[in-house]
Amino acid sequence: MTQNDRLALAKELVTALEAGDDQQADQILAKFTAIEETELYREVGRLTRQLHDAFAAFTRDSRLGALANQEIPDAKERLHYVISMTEQAANQTLNVVDDLVPVADQMNDQAVHLAEEWARFLERKMPFAEFQAMTHQLTGHFQVSNDSLQKIRGGLNDILMAQSFQDISSQIIRRVIGLVEELENNLVELIRVAKKVEPDDAASAVPELPGPVVPGIDDKYADVAQSQDDVDDLLSSLGF
Amino acid sequence: MKILVVDDFSTMRRIIKNLLRDLGFTNTLEADDGKTALPKLKAGGIDFLITDWNMPGMTGIELLRAVRADPELARLPVLMVTAEAKREQIITAAQAGVNGYIIKPFTAATLKEKIEKIFERIE
Repeated sequence: MTQNDRLALAKELVTALEAGDDQQADQILAKFTAIEETELYREVGRLTRQLHDAFAAFTRDSRLGALANQEIPDAKERLHYVISMTEQAANQTLNVVDDLVPVADQMNDQAVHLAEEWARFLERKMPFAEFQAMTHQLTGHFQVSNDSLQKIRGGLNDILMAQSFQDISSQIIRRVIGLVEELENNLVELIRVAKKVEPDDAASAVPELPGPVVPGIDDKYADVAQSQDDVDDLLSSLGF
Repeated sequence: MKILVVDDFSTMRRIIKNLLRDLGFTNTLEADDGKTALPKLKAGGIDFLITDWNMPGMTGIELLRAVRADPELARLPVLMVTAEAKREQIITAAQAGVNGYIIKPFTAATLKEKIEKIFERIE
């Protein structure tokens, strides 16, 4: 409605009121109200559309939906896999240790025994019959040594292979770090779109048992022991 | 000397058992949290307890308190081996009556030193 239309309508209203035509005057007033309401609705509609578009553009561009629905659950699975892989590697290594310790002990016992016998022989304190027995023991020892060293060599190889978890778990963890970064950026953007205040540092929750100290994160706080020496100092200050 | 090793991770139990074996302690038992450890302790015959702190079910600190509260077990030496490194937590453990506190990751030498120190004090 233009300025002239309004002016014309206003003049009609004055004329109607001067003529005492209340019915006509009410009709004209109703027209004015209708115009105002239409414009209000139009404005609300415009704002709603703007807000909707802003959020739609944000969610379309930000991938927040995909992150929440797909990639975060994926990341959890990946991290579980890291746990099981590191556990497997530790077990593989410990199995080798369990297998090889008795092998090394047996070789050592035999070597100690034969060294004693050999010393007796060199000092000419060994009767011939015992010397013969010793030669058999020596032959046996060479065989045992050979077998044992092959087992140890194999075990070392298994320990070596078990270390491959480091490479794989690093790759997985690096990928999850990337995801966390992306999520962080999206959340910051969401907060910006929603015109909220900056995130509040103080709200971060510390678990009751925080667990391992991660260098660069946890060790910057003064209330954390940095090393076993710190623990020992603290305990000795308490009278331990 | 019979030693009970309590940790929820089997690999950590195995590492500690291996280190103990190298130190000459071959008689060891295992439990995966305080709840399973306590009946083993109450059954008797255990001379030394090595426990983690953060475990599901019953934590190491709760186990320590339960041990100190039981007249039969109160004098049992307890070594805590844990990743928990906050000063507040170390003080809590000390107040609960722990005999030694090692933070993970640790070395064989640290374990040996702390065990020896505990037994020196007891003797």
